[in-house]
Amino acid sequence: MNQIEPIIEFKDFTFKYRAQVEPTLYDINLSVYPGEKVLIVGPSGSGKSTLAHCINGLVPFSFPGETTGELFIKGQKPEKMGIFGLSKIVGTVLQDTDGQFVGLTVAEDIAFALENDCLKQEDMKKRVSDVANVVEVNELLHHAPSELSGGQKQRVSMAGVMVDDVDILLFDEPLANLDPATGKKAIALIDQISRDNDVTVLIIEHRLEDALYRDVDRIIVVGEGRIVADMSPDELLCSGILKEQGIREPLYLSALEHAGCTVLPQSKPQHIESMDLSPYEAKVTEWFKQIERPKKEPVTEEVIGITDLCFSYVPGQPILKNINFSIHRGEMVSIVGKNGAGKTTLSNLICGFLTPDQGEIRLNGADISGLSIKERGEKIGLVMQNPNQMISKPMIFDEIALGLTVRGVPKDEIKERVNATLKICGLYPFRNWPVSALSFGQKKRVTIASILVMNPDILILDEPTAGQDYRHYMEIMEFLKELNEKKGITILMITHDMHLMLEYTDRAIVVADGEIIMDSTPAKVLTDETVAKRAYLKKTSLYDLAVKCNIKEPTEFVDSFIYYERELRENV
Amino acid sequence: MSRILTYEEKNTWIHGLSGVTKFLFFLVWSIVSMLTYDTRVLAVMLLLSFVIFKVSKTSWKQVGTVFKFILLFLVLNLLAVFLFSPNQGTAIYGTRTVLVPLVGRYSITKEQLFYEFNIMLKYFTVIPAVLMFIVTTNPSEFAASLNKVGVSYKISYAIAIALRYVPDVQSDFTKIKHAQEARGIEMSKKASLMERIKNMSAILFPLIFSSMDRIDVVSNAMELRGFGKNKRRTWYAGKKLTGKDYAVMIATVLFAVAALVITFYDGNRFYNPFQ
Repeated sequence: MNQIEPIIEFKDFTFKYRAQVEPTLYDINLSVYPGEKVLIVGPSGSGKSTLAHCINGLVPFSFPGETTGELFIKGQKPEKMGIFGLSKIVGTVLQDTDGQFVGLTVAEDIAFALENDCLKQEDMKKRVSDVANVVEVNELLHHAPSELSGGQKQRVSMAGVMVDDVDILLFDEPLANLDPATGKKAIALIDQISRDNDVTVLIIEHRLEDALYRDVDRIIVVGEGRIVADMSPDELLCSGILKEQGIREPLYLSALEHAGCTVLPQSKPQHIESMDLSPYEAKVTEWFKQIERPKKEPVTEEVIGITDLCFSYVPGQPILKNINFSIHRGEMVSIVGKNGAGKTTLSNLICGFLTPDQGEIRLNGADISGLSIKERGEKIGLVMQNPNQMISKPMIFDEIALGLTVRGVPKDEIKERVNATLKICGLYPFRNWPVSALSFGQKKRVTIASILVMNPDILILDEPTAGQDYRHYMEIMEFLKELNEKKGITILMITHDMHLMLEYTDRAIVVADGEIIMDSTPAKVLTDETVAKRAYLKKTSLYDLAVKCNIKEPTEFVDSFIYYERELRENV
Repeated sequence: MSRILTYEEKNTWIHGLSGVTKFLFFLVWSIVSMLTYDTRVLAVMLLLSFVIFKVSKTSWKQVGTVFKFILLFLVLNLLAVFLFSPNQGTAIYGTRTVLVPLVGRYSITKEQLFYEFNIMLKYFTVIPAVLMFIVTTNPSEFAASLNKVGVSYKISYAIAIALRYVPDVQSDFTKIKHAQEARGIEMSKKASLMERIKNMSAILFPLIFSSMDRIDVVSNAMELRGFGKNKRRTWYAGKKLTGKDYAVMIATVLFAVAALVITFYDGNRFYNPFQ
């Protein structure tokens, strides 16, 4: 190994953004060798994105700053090559596959880099069709981006950088916008490409368990601008470093830990499927037996009721068919299913943005078909995925007061209610701040606060934690849980995040092909293989763990695990 | 689903032409139609317009809404002309044949009606040409053609990419509008016009900010894939000019010359049936 020249080499590398006082990266020493597949993990703000930007040239060419130390990409200094020279060596697939889709059609998007290289049209057409075959989008060449699914867009993005015959493929959070099953496929495809094309692959991702669906050679942990660990997955998973850095470890390892096992690298913990569990089986079984879950009393007071709801944009092509369910007061429910299954349509119908073809929606027992969007908005609060799509006032106080101001609530009452809400949401110290000074998680809180101030009966959140690292995820979810438990607010969440559904909701409604195919506890949903397959979900690894430990009731095991973790969090 | 006023791929003779050819035709056609008031020329152009419209297999669904919108403007325009200069027709044609006497100088004259009829003809000769150009020209191919005739590729690409993001921004707009309506910002007719204009800012601000995020991502993505590296670039969707294109261009120019000669032959822009 030592004779081979590293393809990426950082030597005592430090980088400081021009606008910042402190460096973002300190003393980085890192070598990546040709053909390696490396996973880079770290919480938000750890510097892992900056590290990636140093490799693809966005730093320093688009984001200037000061560097000390040395960096070599394929033996050359990036400053000498420029961002365009680097783009011949490093292909970057950005997180936002929607935004980076530049062309009007798939073919043009793939050809974009070739066009900029002034390749002849005939050569271009051939090259595009070759690469499209590799990522299996050859059938879609003439489609517009709006006609593609999230997974397909990502394939096109990959093709778009692979046309350049790059040596290094850099994936910036490839799983962020994908449903679990599509994410799994993406990881498999990345793996296949790295094997077949002999490229070096770097994956930046905080969803560790999903990213480890296929083997990686090494995992690099970045924390507070330094490299904290650089080791094989098996070693890292047994080291406890992940926890220290606030990165979520795979669920089956948490379970093993709770059961009192010390996992050793020789058990090969990288994949639950191939892990040797024989040393731990007895302990896991014993732990499972000693957990006693209290029975929950079911609530029966209906907040939202839906009967025989049908909807279609084009007659004869139903988006939703005969939807029936009730949400009860104080519940925390998740709606899951693959992209485009009709989840968002469902929430749009409830909020009145769309009108159903047939069926009834009730709020507190009364039909709401006659209510306007505004009237529904007083009782049903919708929080959008991206806070930037909701915030319209520069100051926090005004933003939260907006809903009350337009309803003509007296000034004194507004002040009182906004202040009370600010306190609930932990934003009171920031009340006079401009919104732009807040972090993403805080902005999310502002949007939630701006809805809460109207005292809604139910909150509907669209992907509340998308793109957030573990710490921010916990922050947002614990906050919602508190609202739910202490204030009794009913919460309905649309999500792709299997962890969220498992850890924070008691009930999951699974939508697939416009129908509800299951309405049960998350543990049951995530242990049912046929449902998981139809709805593009991913079976939880806890299930595999239970089965491999010969536990007869794997669903119960998952429930027990969740109960145990919740108790643990509450007693911190 | 066919979107209003967007390019749709169809296999017609007109779709086969290069974007440059169609752009030239559209420009020349509009200029001629603007210059001439010669009813004979306009009548021929009107006829040709409808033929072109038919040949391009443009469906009513693609352009109907916009067409109605333009019609509204046409009506307003005609009324305004009558309101501000009811005797324009007389001034041009030199005679005054009153059909319906109204108050003061406002009388409906044959000459005024004929003059306004010509204005209407102008509208109807240009509209099909504009619509045809928009719905039969692939934006990427058009960007490529513009670049070929000497426009900087950065400018021509900007046109194509703006079109790429129109649907995305539209869907953002709808999402934001809904969310703000749910918060109680009234955008329906229930609110007064002033209020609606004021409330518009509640949608525009988030829209602008989320579009800025988008621009950031796109410009990084473009740079990472080498946009702006060379002085020139090639185009995947580019079309070579063929014999057909040259034929159409020559025909267009010849037609323009002929039309203008006929128009100005008698010294002014108008054809006068009253003398």
